Amino acid sequence: MNKIPHALSLGISLALLWLLLSGHYTVLLLALGLGSVLLVVYLGRRMDVIDHEGHPIHLKFKPTLFYWVWLLKEIIIANIDVSRRILSLRSDISPTVVKVKSSQKTTVGRVIYANSITLTPGTVSMSIDDDLILVHALSAEGAAALDEGKMDRHISMIEEDY
Amino acid sequence: MNHVVDILSWSCLLAGAFFLLIGVIGLLRFPDFFTRLHAASVIETLGSLLIVTGLALQAEQALVIVKLILLIVFIMFTSPTAAHALAKAALHGKLEPVTSTEDNN
Repeated sequence: MNKIPHALSLGISLALLWLLLSGHYTVLLLALGLGSVLLVVYLGRRMDVIDHEGHPIHLKFKPTLFYWVWLLKEIIIANIDVSRRILSLRSDISPTVVKVKSSQKTTVGRVIYANSITLTPGTVSMSIDDDLILVHALSAEGAAALDEGKMDRHISMIEEDY
Repeated sequence: MNHVVDILSWSCLLAGAFFLLIGVIGLLRFPDFFTRLHAASVIETLGSLLIVTGLALQAEQALVIVKLILLIVFIMFTSPTAAHALAKAALHGKLEPVTSTEDNN
């Protein structure tokens, strides 16, 4: 598989990050910045870690942005739910362990799904076995909501075969 | 205008601090490791998000706002990875999650 686009994309994003964070634009420092960017890309290629997994540029751009906004909304709702359960006087939790099926075809898609589950408070993905994700949920309701597979379908929309 | 931004910023900061406090209460109240992990994720998602948003509203330069947004992006990518590593290590160490059928205190 051709890995040049991933290396280029990594170099460009590192350079942009350096320019944003440094704030010094003299020739010497720019040259040092360029040198370190090139060194990191070279080392990454030597270690063979620059690929579609480390730098998933194949994901569809617009659906990904849309997904992030949707995920942010879900995170806020889940936070309020977990906070309510923490503050309620009588015990309001029903910890559950469930296996959730992921319909993503690629490893990157599955990792995005498992990480999104963990990022939403109230559910943590504990391990992945092929296309089954073992999830610990704070409440039976949270586990049931995950089982409906709404998040799963959203992620399947942003992954693309390559 | 300045007042509106100040009020918005302080609302975000105070709400963020409120969620940090809730996270800590949950950390102390919940019965086992896995349920406490859920309480901690309140801190690292909405707590940190609201505090950084509040700080971004106080910033005077655009560059500072960009840096704060980057901070949020990095937190959102790394914290689930860390939480998953903890959960997986606990599972691997044969720690049995407390489930609602056996015990619910």
